[in-house]
Amino acid sequence: MEDQPKFPDLTDAERKVLEDLMPDEMSEIITSGMKRRHFLKLITYTGTSLLATHFIGIEQLMARTTAGAPLPPPPTGIDNGVNVTFNVNGRAQKLLVDSRMTLLDALRERLALTGSKKGCDHGQCGACTVLIDGRRVLACLTLAATCEEKAVTTIEGLAKEETLHPMQAAFIKHDGFQCGYCTPGQICSAVALMSEAKNGEASYVTSNVRQTGKPVKLSDEEIQERMSGNICRCGAYPNIVDAIREVHGDKAVAQVWQFADGTI
Amino acid sequence: MSETGKPISRIDGRLKVTGKATYAAEFNQPTMAYAFPVRATIAKGRITALDDAAVKKEPGVISVVSYKNAPKLKPLDMQAQAKAGAAFLGENLPPLQDNKVYYPGQFIAVVVAESYEQARAAAYKLKVRYAAEKAATDLKTELPNSRKPAKLMGEEAQVNGGKTTAPLAQSAHRVENTYSTPAEHHHPMEPHATVAVWEGADKLTLYDATQGVGLTGAIAAYFLGLQPENVRVIAPFVGGGFGSKGLWLHTLLVAMAAKAAGRPVKLALTRQMMQTNVGHRAATIQRVSLGTDTAGTLTAVRHHTDTYNNLTEFFEPSGKQSLVLYKAPVREVTYGLVKLDRSTPTFMRAPGETPGTFALESAMDEMAYKLKMDPVAFRIANHTAQDPMNGHDFSSEFLVDCYRIGAEKFGWSARSMEPRQKRNGKYLVGYGMATATYPGGRSAATVKVSMTASGDVTVMTASIDIGTGTYTVLAQTAADALGVPVNRIQVKIGDSSLPPAPLAGGSQTTASIHPAALEACVLLRKELTALAIADSSSKLYGRASDEINYTNGNLFIIGDEKKTDAYADIMSRAKRGEMEACATTQPVSGAGLTVPSALCTPREAPAEQNSDDKHYAFHSFGAQFAEVWVDEDLGTIRVKRFTSVQDVGRIMNEKTARSQVIGGVIFGIGAALMEATDYDKRWGSPVVRTLADYHVPVNLDVPPINVHFIGKPDPHISPIGARGIGEIGITGVAAAIANAVFNATGKRLRDLPLTPDKLM
Amino acid sequence: MRPFNYSNAGEPATAIATVSANPGAKFLGGGTNLVDLMKEDVMHPSALVDITRLKLADVAKTATGVTIGGTATNSFTANHELIRKNYPLLSMAILAGASAQIRNMATNGGNLNQRTRCTYFYDVNLPCNKREPGSGCGALKGVNRNHAIFGWSEKCVAVYPSDMAIALAALDAVVHVEGNNNVKRTINFADFHRLPGDTPEKDNNLKPGELILSIELPANDFAERSYYLKIRERSSYAFALVSVAAAMALEGNRIKQVRIALGGVAHKPWRASVAEKWLIGKEATETNFRAAAEVELKNARPLEHNKFKVAMAQKAIARALQGAMQGGEYGLEG
Repeated sequence: MEDQPKFPDLTDAERKVLEDLMPDEMSEIITSGMKRRHFLKLITYTGTSLLATHFIGIEQLMARTTAGAPLPPPPTGIDNGVNVTFNVNGRAQKLLVDSRMTLLDALRERLALTGSKKGCDHGQCGACTVLIDGRRVLACLTLAATCEEKAVTTIEGLAKEETLHPMQAAFIKHDGFQCGYCTPGQICSAVALMSEAKNGEASYVTSNVRQTGKPVKLSDEEIQERMSGNICRCGAYPNIVDAIREVHGDKAVAQVWQFADGTI
Repeated sequence: MSETGKPISRIDGRLKVTGKATYAAEFNQPTMAYAFPVRATIAKGRITALDDAAVKKEPGVISVVSYKNAPKLKPLDMQAQAKAGAAFLGENLPPLQDNKVYYPGQFIAVVVAESYEQARAAAYKLKVRYAAEKAATDLKTELPNSRKPAKLMGEEAQVNGGKTTAPLAQSAHRVENTYSTPAEHHHPMEPHATVAVWEGADKLTLYDATQGVGLTGAIAAYFLGLQPENVRVIAPFVGGGFGSKGLWLHTLLVAMAAKAAGRPVKLALTRQMMQTNVGHRAATIQRVSLGTDTAGTLTAVRHHTDTYNNLTEFFEPSGKQSLVLYKAPVREVTYGLVKLDRSTPTFMRAPGETPGTFALESAMDEMAYKLKMDPVAFRIANHTAQDPMNGHDFSSEFLVDCYRIGAEKFGWSARSMEPRQKRNGKYLVGYGMATATYPGGRSAATVKVSMTASGDVTVMTASIDIGTGTYTVLAQTAADALGVPVNRIQVKIGDSSLPPAPLAGGSQTTASIHPAALEACVLLRKELTALAIADSSSKLYGRASDEINYTNGNLFIIGDEKKTDAYADIMSRAKRGEMEACATTQPVSGAGLTVPSALCTPREAPAEQNSDDKHYAFHSFGAQFAEVWVDEDLGTIRVKRFTSVQDVGRIMNEKTARSQVIGGVIFGIGAALMEATDYDKRWGSPVVRTLADYHVPVNLDVPPINVHFIGKPDPHISPIGARGIGEIGITGVAAAIANAVFNATGKRLRDLPLTPDKLM
Repeated sequence: MRPFNYSNAGEPATAIATVSANPGAKFLGGGTNLVDLMKEDVMHPSALVDITRLKLADVAKTATGVTIGGTATNSFTANHELIRKNYPLLSMAILAGASAQIRNMATNGGNLNQRTRCTYFYDVNLPCNKREPGSGCGALKGVNRNHAIFGWSEKCVAVYPSDMAIALAALDAVVHVEGNNNVKRTINFADFHRLPGDTPEKDNNLKPGELILSIELPANDFAERSYYLKIRERSSYAFALVSVAAAMALEGNRIKQVRIALGGVAHKPWRASVAEKWLIGKEATETNFRAAAEVELKNARPLEHNKFKVAMAQKAIARALQGAMQGGEYGLEG
């Protein structure tokens, strides 16, 4: 049994990671356990930044404990209650809400979807950006009551099972965040930006708005202007632009860092 | 194998991009109620009547807490607080204890209701009458009432008062100017929030947006009169802090409110409250005087700062860098302080150096221009390799390399000495540079490392990752020290029940927790080695420990790598399901900010970590270079590119380190070009109230930022060799930009921020 | 936010009837300003009538120009082929405002009803005649660097914050509104917003219950030469210190027609009619642009902290006219 640090209870998520990283060796690992060479291969992955995008085990450790818990009952004695039926991340939802409740508070306080963030609550930061019927909007200025029959996509709805949306993966690769609080809004915004570019929509820095036609190829400046409604106080902007360039351009963008002597 | 230093992606990245990272306000509890605070509308005076009858009639209202019914808190007592590790209450004002008002926006009551909407609406109904007194609302107006504070964060505040007068008068060249910086606000993207959950009458859990779980727990316990071990503070993710997330009054308010309501209560501050209730960087007026001889050698440096505070001993220490930079035979650093009836100033990213380097480094540029010397050459000519105040060598210092590398990478040689020489269409183009500096700190910290027989390693310490990368770099350090892959390492931080660590502030987290983490891993390995050596069924049986090395979860005999023994096997034969070890880092100065914890008693104090402190000064340095384009007609300034070279010791993770520096530079661009909170002198209240008025940089404001690290480990700060990196990035940025604006336009702007009106 | 009743209107007439019958009721469009102000407790309607599902969201060609729906979103309007090709000034102005998210929510009618960003208006603890008639103008002797240099009164020195409306003013748009009992009327854009005078609480000349159905853009010869210039304290997502909508039609090198409107300087979009008159028939040169701007700004009355706006507006007019000459190609000043 030497060189055999075991993975006794592989969760589905962990198995998926291993399958992604070592498809050939997977059956072997399942039947006879982790061997030293598997381990070595894994270590190589950790040396590139690849594996970090697959750290599902760690995710399970640090995610909130209330996830999966039953949703809280609506507060009693709602004044001016409005019944709303809408779709959130592909699931039908029916809520009785106070007419004053914003979509953001409905997501966070009633639907346990706290990925959308409250940064300013007044439309001045973009942290609450979600997609409604495919377009990016601010959940903090959207009354929940107005969402009848609408389809809302939040950050929680972007990944397919355990597979990240390419924009999410690019944000990890390019370190497009630090504290992570503006990140869900940035990513939702960036995802919408991709379809706006596809549709040929213009921005204030578009050199001539009279030239229409689609899709548009976004320069860095175009990306920056179009992402300026999402504030990041940690200052991840250049990294966010790199992440978006990678997804928009469909080719890998080199990560930029350097020691003064020119080594990586 | 070395993980440390590699640009691996954040191990918590996946949680952050999927929306699963959980911040304080997101720890919803069963039966939780919502609190909304009420703020004072006068600057100074007292409440003469407070009528909550109408509030209580509002739907959903559970309780109203004000000075009339609030539980008594322990009063302020600096000595007792210091003893309890509870000295740093954001503002010295235990909430709701009397009817006095000290600034506009002060919390005077809190309303608790079933829903957020109900609490907010009910709060409007509180009827408050005041007896207002004449308030001090403006720094310039109050300057005649200025006093000379004796102490600044425990040090002498007034250094060499008057001693530069003669040398300055006798100097061949002299520059003497006044620079001013405005009130600035931190505005982390996550507003402060707390969820308070009582278990019985004397046990409290706080989910809190804080930079220090230990600190918050200690302060809350002190004022609420609880046993420290009965207050648990949890903060796995914190949405930025920048100095603002210490313990402010809302955390005590919500604990009081939860007690009154008999239910868990959530209180999240509004963005407007972030302007008045969680600190800010005070405005400064700085007078800097430099003298040189005919050759351009500094003969004297004088730096006087006028600033204000309220309800705190702290004041903006903007003379700090003037005690450290440049070789000058005499330097004078002094302060004048007034008290304003304004919300409390506090630490904000590089407190002192941020406004201070703007003044000093602008003055250095002015002197270089006067001498017709290149600003880089002028700085190199006056460089000091010793701390000017005590003559100690810097522990590790490559500032001259920073200047030279920065100049080369930036293309500084293309700069003309005379302004207004470079145009690009309608823009004037200018280059500017400045020195960056921030102290290297190290506080006491304890780290526990455990390993299970299945090979999973857990690193535990009550530190916080406010976006800095603490999760990731701790895993890297442990991976190297134990020889296990990063993905088998779990990092548990952000919980005050873990072994104590300093707050995530002062650029000291890495220097504090990593030596302990390393040492704990070494202890763990030593114990595994000892078990193997003593075990006759091990291939390592009977060997000497110095014959044994480790890799990939195994111990092996050096030179005979087939003779191995896996950690898991050693543990299983020894019938050890789990092993653990703890270690403590000793502070540089002994004045750590940690609180005691019974959980983890260090087995062994790490050796010789504290011996260099008497011989070395710990500082980080850097050089900042900016290119600006100025549209003189419209007054707009755009930073077009920026180069930052940093000497911060060893780089723990190139990716997260670079992010920290660009983040600092962007914070500096904000301070240089747009950030300011104005106050109305008549009422004392801020007229910049939200993120629509308080402009922080947006994506389009930010140019390509090239970051270069010297990357040489500091052999004296710790065996790890890394100094902090969170704050130095902002220092010098505003000066580099203002100096570039001078180079572009010939206009010397000495009053931040450089908004378009300043150029009109 | 105070309690209110929410309802969803099916037809314009029902929406108008509901709001007409209840002085506390308001139309709810994108909510980007109204919901913000309700959270600040500056506005506290007792009822909101959601009009975003009304069929007033088209952009369409008419016999005399193009009409844009009152509930069409800003981004739909700015990106509509008819607008981008024929009224690029309007596209540019809309795209200069707010953020992509907000433009996706905000309606055209709502944009015209946007309220001032004056901090004394927003802070319910400070005096403001617009919010609370008779309480005084906090900004007049307060911090007024963002305030008016034209057309202000002792009662109010606030400025109107929209970018879109500055272009609409330059384009001589016409606002179509409907009041109770199917009473429809049109308001020329110049008459839509008001100067503060003694009643700063009234931002515009809409009567209670009147709903903006559409905004009509007359055909013009400006598509080749128009430009929207916005100067702000950061490069995006900020309100204007000064903005200029400029449009020109030339005959040879002589100016046949010119429109200039300023934002950030008055309680309403400020048509620079003095400069316009001065320029007609003159050669389209930078010298003339600067001279025209100078005459316009002679009438400016700055406050204590906003004297810079005079020089800024003057230079901005000249620069915007230059931009229009270049066919609206983007420059960095945005």
